[in-house]
Amino acid sequence: MIRILGYRLLQAGMVALLVGSLTFVLMRSLPGDIAWRIAAGRYGYDRVDASAASAVQQELGLDRPAWQALADWFIQLLHVNPGNSLVSGAPVMEEINHQLGQTLLLAAVALLLSLLLGPPLGILAGLAPGGKLDRLLLAISTSLRALPHFVLGLILVLIFALGLGWLPAAGYGEVQHVLLPALTLALGLAAVSSRVARNAMRQVTDSAWYQFGRTKGLTESQLFWQHGLRNVSVPLVTYLSVQFIYLIEGVIVVETLFAWPGIGHALVHAIFARDVPMIQGTALIMGLMFVLLNTLSDGLCYWLDPRRKNP
Amino acid sequence: MQKFVRPPLLVLMLAAAALPASAAPERIATLVAPFEIKGTDPTLSGDIFLKMSIVETLVNADSSGQPLPGLATNWSVSDNGRLWRFTLRPGVKFHDGSALSAESVVNALEVSRSKPGLLDKAPVTAIRAENGQVLITLSQPFTPLLSMLAENRAQILAPASYDNSHKVVQIIGSGPYRLTSLQAPQKLTVTRFHDYWGHAPAIEQASYMAVGRAETRALLAESGNADMVLNLDPASRSRLKNNRKIELMAVSIPRSVLLKVNAGHPLLNDARVRQALSMALDRQGIARAILRYPAAADQLFPPSVAQWHNPGLTPLVYQPQQAQALLEELGWKTGADGILQRNGQPFTLTLTTYPDRPELPLIAAAIQQQLRDVGIQLTINTTNSGEIAAKHHDGTLELALVARNFALTPDLLGTLLQDYAPQGGDWGAMNWSNATFNQTLADLVQGRNVAKSQTERQQLTRILQTELPAIPVAWYQQTAAVSKRLSGATLDPFERTFGLENMRWSE
Repeated sequence: MIRILGYRLLQAGMVALLVGSLTFVLMRSLPGDIAWRIAAGRYGYDRVDASAASAVQQELGLDRPAWQALADWFIQLLHVNPGNSLVSGAPVMEEINHQLGQTLLLAAVALLLSLLLGPPLGILAGLAPGGKLDRLLLAISTSLRALPHFVLGLILVLIFALGLGWLPAAGYGEVQHVLLPALTLALGLAAVSSRVARNAMRQVTDSAWYQFGRTKGLTESQLFWQHGLRNVSVPLVTYLSVQFIYLIEGVIVVETLFAWPGIGHALVHAIFARDVPMIQGTALIMGLMFVLLNTLSDGLCYWLDPRRKNP
Repeated sequence: MQKFVRPPLLVLMLAAAALPASAAPERIATLVAPFEIKGTDPTLSGDIFLKMSIVETLVNADSSGQPLPGLATNWSVSDNGRLWRFTLRPGVKFHDGSALSAESVVNALEVSRSKPGLLDKAPVTAIRAENGQVLITLSQPFTPLLSMLAENRAQILAPASYDNSHKVVQIIGSGPYRLTSLQAPQKLTVTRFHDYWGHAPAIEQASYMAVGRAETRALLAESGNADMVLNLDPASRSRLKNNRKIELMAVSIPRSVLLKVNAGHPLLNDARVRQALSMALDRQGIARAILRYPAAADQLFPPSVAQWHNPGLTPLVYQPQQAQALLEELGWKTGADGILQRNGQPFTLTLTTYPDRPELPLIAAAIQQQLRDVGIQLTINTTNSGEIAAKHHDGTLELALVARNFALTPDLLGTLLQDYAPQGGDWGAMNWSNATFNQTLADLVQGRNVAKSQTERQQLTRILQTELPAIPVAWYQQTAAVSKRLSGATLDPFERTFGLENMRWSE
């Protein structure tokens, strides 16, 4: 376990190094004058003139050599301070703090909803492979996974906000605002996790040790809850870590569609405004989130799977 | 076997399905627009605070851009036009309970003047308080001053709004609504300010939400989750038209799509070439097909800007044959590839534009095709907006397609001064100068002959229409979807206010 944690820590360091340098180089290599772009981000493009752009350039020291700016960023990062936003002037940490909280909330609700929807249905389908539920679930999960996030999101808005009037179409601040964006992410996640659960369940029920449990006189209920569920969980949790990519990439689209003020939304806006420290900060946090989530799922698998402890 | 698993799973799924909750609390007017809140600094997001009636300015403007009393009840200017004296409205309180004073106004204006904006471009030499009045001294007469004081960056905040380094740390205004929460970049909420000096607004609470995607904004209007939604895209407008719970509103705003021309370019330095380019444009087609409202510009300023729209001008119309004939007169002959040639040189130009307004690249493509029909080859360069200004400064710009807001100040003179000054302007003329125009503009700015000001404006628009340093293409409209639960909503062509204080619940 300690080895896993050490490895993940090293990975986090590499992510910081790579994400920080890559975003910096990519943003610097975009065409156009960065000072003009930042000034447009601050004041609106048609309020920008040469004097505003040159004031921005002076204030931010944008004429410094690029390597110096990057080195400064890394030094600041060592002090856990990724600098200030070039547009709002507020510390990046302060801005990310609010936005990260909103993203984590969205991601957590999405994960929870996907766990409530996907694995239970998958397990039911796996218990009766080839049955009606199994076939229906295959059709639904294939369609859901094939739909891009924004299409799925729009369909949900059309049904739940326009059609039924149950939920707000977009926005944030109230409990009900989180449901549609989270459901958009959750349905895509559940589409796959239900299949993984279904196959795992089938493998478990077909296994010799499950059959042995039955012959030694355990009831079906005891069999499932004592032996089945835990064994189904290992491949499921392993698969969840793969799905985090889907979750993190989906967050960007879903946040923009639902006007959710999260970190994906912040990243898109920072790119438009060429707000380099914000881009570096948000990309870094997203990278680190990925490492953290993978570490958590590794830990969970380690705890769930007794074979790893007693090889 | 399944019966052992089913009950707990069903409970879980039902719990998930039961989560949908009730709709948002009633009676909070929800306003939605694409403008993000970048922070508390008025230079960044001052327009939102003014639009939501949280802050006020010394001078207001009516729907035609004429100055109206704001926090100043009246003003006078000295005979030499260099000293303006503003009398402040009595009994005005800021939201923190402190009283509006001449000193607080001076402080707010001085901070505003120290930052990039418009006040820093006015010839102001001093702002001071004297006997409860605010005195502004100028180095030369300057009539757009009133208009600049009506602009959002000249908003008057309470002294407690600023920290020691003049940074705005909180928004303490004097408007009919006070800020109750600010969650940049997307949301703010306001509540009625009970000590407001003017009439009490009917709506008690309101929220503003910045929603970038036009589809999402339209869905918010359609689902009834928002009471007023601004900046609708053409497709959504068509759909919302049939919704009986919504009233669609539109107002022509002083923003024009125009071709900024480098009049110093060898192919474009003759006014007749610019006229030919203008004749080759099918503006009606562009407006109908891309903007989906009849807003073809036949001159630079739309009719909504009464002072500056000049009905006496010969309108710019689509005359491709005349355009070709004019170019032929200037020595251009159609080559084998259909492109005009003169002395072995093809008529090819680069048009720079930007996607901040998604319709601009589409309009650029239409223009490319229309100019191709008369033998002019355009290469479109869609890049970031700053490139246009940067290329203006290094002299490499040929043509640019921009959407220019002339209402940075309620009186267009302030913007005109930036764009069409003798040395040109980032969003206006380039390498173009006209002695009569310059003199007339200077006279108008200095207010030398107030009685003749309307004639002077007409003179300016006539020169712009003939010489075409910028070729108008289309006029913009501000559009909004307003829930029928609300009444009294209006659209301000100068986009200074959402008019929240004049709205009321109609149910």
